Amino acid sequence: MAAKPVLHYINERGRMEPIRWLLAAAGVEFDECFVKTKDDLTKLRKDGFLLFQQVPMVEIDGMKMVQTRAILNYIAGKYNLYGKDLKERALIDTYVEGLLDLNELIMDYDYLSADQKKQQLAPILDKATNRYFPVFEKVLKDHGRDFLVGDRFSRADVHLLETLLMAEEYKPDILASFPLLQSFKARISNIPTIKKFLQPGSQRKSQPRQEDVQEILKIFD
Amino acid sequence: MEGGGWRPSDGCWLQPAWRLVDPRHSVSDRYSVSDWCFQLASIFEEIFLETKEQYEKLIKDGVLMFQQVPLVEIDGMKMVQTRAILSYIAGKYNLYGNDLKERALIDMYVEGITDMMQTILMFPFSPPEAKEKNLDSVKERATNRYFPVFEKVLKEHGQDFLVGNKFSWADVQLIEAILAVEEKIPAVLSGFPQLQAFKIRMSNVPTIKKFLQPGSPRKPPPDECYIETVQKILKI
Repeated sequence: MAAKPVLHYINERGRMEPIRWLLAAAGVEFDECFVKTKDDLTKLRKDGFLLFQQVPMVEIDGMKMVQTRAILNYIAGKYNLYGKDLKERALIDTYVEGLLDLNELIMDYDYLSADQKKQQLAPILDKATNRYFPVFEKVLKDHGRDFLVGDRFSRADVHLLETLLMAEEYKPDILASFPLLQSFKARISNIPTIKKFLQPGSQRKSQPRQEDVQEILKIFD
Repeated sequence: MEGGGWRPSDGCWLQPAWRLVDPRHSVSDRYSVSDWCFQLASIFEEIFLETKEQYEKLIKDGVLMFQQVPLVEIDGMKMVQTRAILSYIAGKYNLYGNDLKERALIDMYVEGITDMMQTILMFPFSPPEAKEKNLDSVKERATNRYFPVFEKVLKEHGQDFLVGNKFSWADVQLIEAILAVEEKIPAVLSGFPQLQAFKIRMSNVPTIKKFLQPGSPRKPPPDECYIETVQKILKI
């Protein structure tokens, strides 16, 4: 039996969270090896495990993969979550890149000081509501299907659900004017592998606590 | 983009295979690797953004999915997001490896190089007092983090190309990055003999050689005019 993938990262969402989501959605069990201190990161580097001296790193199928997108692409390809041809892949990639842009804004926000956060939240929510969510509401409206691309479950659906749920954490009614995104959220959350990942006790991570932010940032100094 | 932007070549109007929309002279931004990959494939047309009004019109017309450029019209699609566009081109023109594992390697290398290029991309927009420090940062990252990786890859397998003994997107991305860094730091390859040989080899690939000649669509390094244009149009 193949070894389980091992994820190397801090015990937070950060850049590893989309990878956790995708593995979970694909029904793939994985182990985690947490980087808790700067020394932990230094050791990974000294051992030559990190191609560009950075985490995330995922041990999978005999490789020590780095770079979030490369890892996500590999998982999606391996577990048939990447469309059936080049054009579906192109659509998926376009949607995913937009969502990763928004995710990046949210992730950066999580690591700001409490004061900085006061100013930065509104622009991010504005982008979510005016730039990103309308795109996906329209996609779903135009084709009337359950999934974003090709009438089939793909990584695009996973990334979108992750993003919708994260945005709701900052503004619970953020989907008020997006009826199709609301039903999308309900539908995708009920997919068995995802439903399991959304339950307490899963490997899904929470927002970092404000009091932990400085210590976490020091690991990466 | 319908109507407008047809450009003559050798006195006749070209059937556009692709049309790109982007600020003029955008060599050092995310668009630039698209340039390279297109060159391997075919002729392409370009539509340059020169005014804020042009950009706003594209947004108003609903042509830009996330209200951003680059935009590439290709095979009936209006594609946005640089990585999505590059992946499509690489896949279509067999520059993306033979299987999932080669693809994984290519993706890792490409992503690493993209990270390195971010510092160069933003360099023209840094304030004068920060430029020297930023340049040091570019040099440090290139020589300590990124170039050693590719030097080692080439040394270990002894092949001409980075992945699978075959020309791929990763090679194009690397040669572009090497030339971009050398523009700022001319002796940057001095500790990397494999990369020096790689640079010569890639520069002689016929399509790349052609792209490196004057008069090609390759854009020059950003100048003051470019910086002003980008700041005016895209409000960076």
